[in-house]
Amino acid sequence: MSVIEEVPLPGPRPQPIPVRIGAPRAGPPRAVVLRKDPWWAQPLITGLGLAAFVVYATWAAFRNGHYFVGLDQARNYLSPFYSPCLASNCPSAVRWGPITPANSGFSPALIILVFPLAFRLTCYYYRKTYYRAFWLSPPACAVADAGSTSAKPNGLRKRYTGETRFPLVLQNIHRYTWYFTFIFAVLLTYDAIEGFRFPGGVGMGVGTLILVANAVLIWAYQLGCHACRHMSGGSLKKLSKAPARRWIWTNLTTPLNKHHQLFAWLSLMSIVVSDLYIYLVSSGAFSDPRIF
Amino acid sequence: MAIDTGPAPTTVPEPPPGAPPKDLVMHLWRGDASGGRFQEYRVAPQEGEVVLDVVHRIQATQAPDLAVRWNCKAGKCGSCSAEINGRPALMCMTRMSTLPTDQPVTVSPMRAFPIMRDLVTDVSYNFEVAKLIPAFKPGPRDPDGLRRMAQVDIDRGQEFHKCIECFLCQNVCHVIRDHEENKPRYAGPRFFVRLAELEMHPLDTLDRRNYIREDMGIGLCNITKCCTEVCPEDIHITDNAIIPLKERIVDAHYDPVAWLGRKITGRPVPLAAAEARKHTGAAHAQPAAPATPEPGDIA
Ligand code: SF4
Ligand code: SF4
Ligand code: FES
Ligand code: FES
Repeated sequence: MSVIEEVPLPGPRPQPIPVRIGAPRAGPPRAVVLRKDPWWAQPLITGLGLAAFVVYATWAAFRNGHYFVGLDQARNYLSPFYSPCLASNCPSAVRWGPITPANSGFSPALIILVFPLAFRLTCYYYRKTYYRAFWLSPPACAVADAGSTSAKPNGLRKRYTGETRFPLVLQNIHRYTWYFTFIFAVLLTYDAIEGFRFPGGVGMGVGTLILVANAVLIWAYQLGCHACRHMSGGSLKKLSKAPARRWIWTNLTTPLNKHHQLFAWLSLMSIVVSDLYIYLVSSGAFSDPRIF
Repeated sequence: MAIDTGPAPTTVPEPPPGAPPKDLVMHLWRGDASGGRFQEYRVAPQEGEVVLDVVHRIQATQAPDLAVRWNCKAGKCGSCSAEINGRPALMCMTRMSTLPTDQPVTVSPMRAFPIMRDLVTDVSYNFEVAKLIPAFKPGPRDPDGLRRMAQVDIDRGQEFHKCIECFLCQNVCHVIRDHEENKPRYAGPRFFVRLAELEMHPLDTLDRRNYIREDMGIGLCNITKCCTEVCPEDIHITDNAIIPLKERIVDAHYDPVAWLGRKITGRPVPLAAAEARKHTGAAHAQPAAPATPEPGDIA
């Protein structure tokens, strides 16, 4: 085939794949979208979903108030945005602080949110979503990258370098963000258990159920993480030699990983629902119905 | 190069009641390296057809010079890859009944590759990549001269064996489709599947991780999953091959704790890319003889 240049001798690294660039390509130019289905719907909906979360999270993080329903309201609920409770005016049962003083202008959520934010930003699923929805790289399959045409091969960018350069090469630290958010998953589980603490004993309100659901979904997301799947057993060549890790990989991390996208969205929603519910109850919009 | 994207989509009128079913309107890409356009063909529909049947009928009745590549018509040879209504798919596995026929159906060649003629593209880039995959390297045999592996250890690789090399994933991957200058340093999803199969093989002893990062360019993939979306064999390319490879490369290259662990325990350092390169076809390549054009060659 004369469209392939001669095979170069093994030389200094990395050896390029011998292929000729710039031969006339097949079919109409890439900028012509031939897809007839509503390919734009998925990036639009997921992009709006993520943007809505960012707006809500910003409001919730700067709110710096109404983030717990304390024993004065005969409940013990803490918002996931403010867990662990670092402020000195936390309800006594869940207090970890005081690190930030009561009524200080600085919201403790701003310290806390760095970790889950880094985790979700570097999550393989969210990466896919925001590369498609915001980077438009590509917006949908077989739809050209933002603005790229044959005249302007790289579109809005000088060069496409994927995740090989700073800052995107930092996506490779994802497993470190996993280590940190593991602690948060434990804390949210503790908060959910604390949600059963009622004056004079154990009880359960609608808020308790919400916090329990939130903790379950957070764990489903945490343990279905691709880095977790790798560490739990995916890295092994011989799973047969490590029965415990093989069990975890086969029965826990791989099945959860299959639905990682689902749990990414459900846990995102449950965080919002938990915070919003606690905000509304705490600010007196309605009172939390007690189940028993 | 003059490119005409063909007639604007028209609406096909409804036939009167009792009349034979309305014709299918097919827009097939016709052209070669000097240019091309969509050509409209009208054919009567038949029950239970796939796109390849209709293309063949057009070839038999209206366009005897239409170039189309196919072999098995059973979704197993990977020859008939194309873009049907803009979606990369096998012509022989796409039923006409799944496509809206109130509009013309477009069939174009795979747009990531150089054109040969009409629906046929030059996919030799993929064969060049294939030569650069470091080969399987088993360890020593057991004392009785046999090699053994447990079923659970080869289960993971079974999925990757299903690949039919249709190269639809290579075609849809924006890393090379939209940024062709990356082709010389990017293996593409089909070959990440192959590399994952080797890296997960219980008997293999070669460490390809640095090679995959440096020569195969896995960092260019931004895991947007289009390869997975189009794979006719339903291989979970991104989740089961690419991301596990990326995680292995974090182990070998990006994880400071893993690096420190190797320093302390004296475990072997990841193999240099240059060492893995010695196990590829390119390492054995002879200087190419001066190319003599063959009949049918382009350019
Ligand atoms: S997931 Fe990676 S390899 Fe697959 S199409 Fe997207 S960029 Fe290409
Ligand atoms: S991985 Fe799937 S899409 Fe890619 S070449 Fe193989 S069968 Fe085709
Ligand atoms: S949390 Fe999504 S991949 Fe790790
Ligand atoms: S003709 Fe063999 S896969 Fe379609």
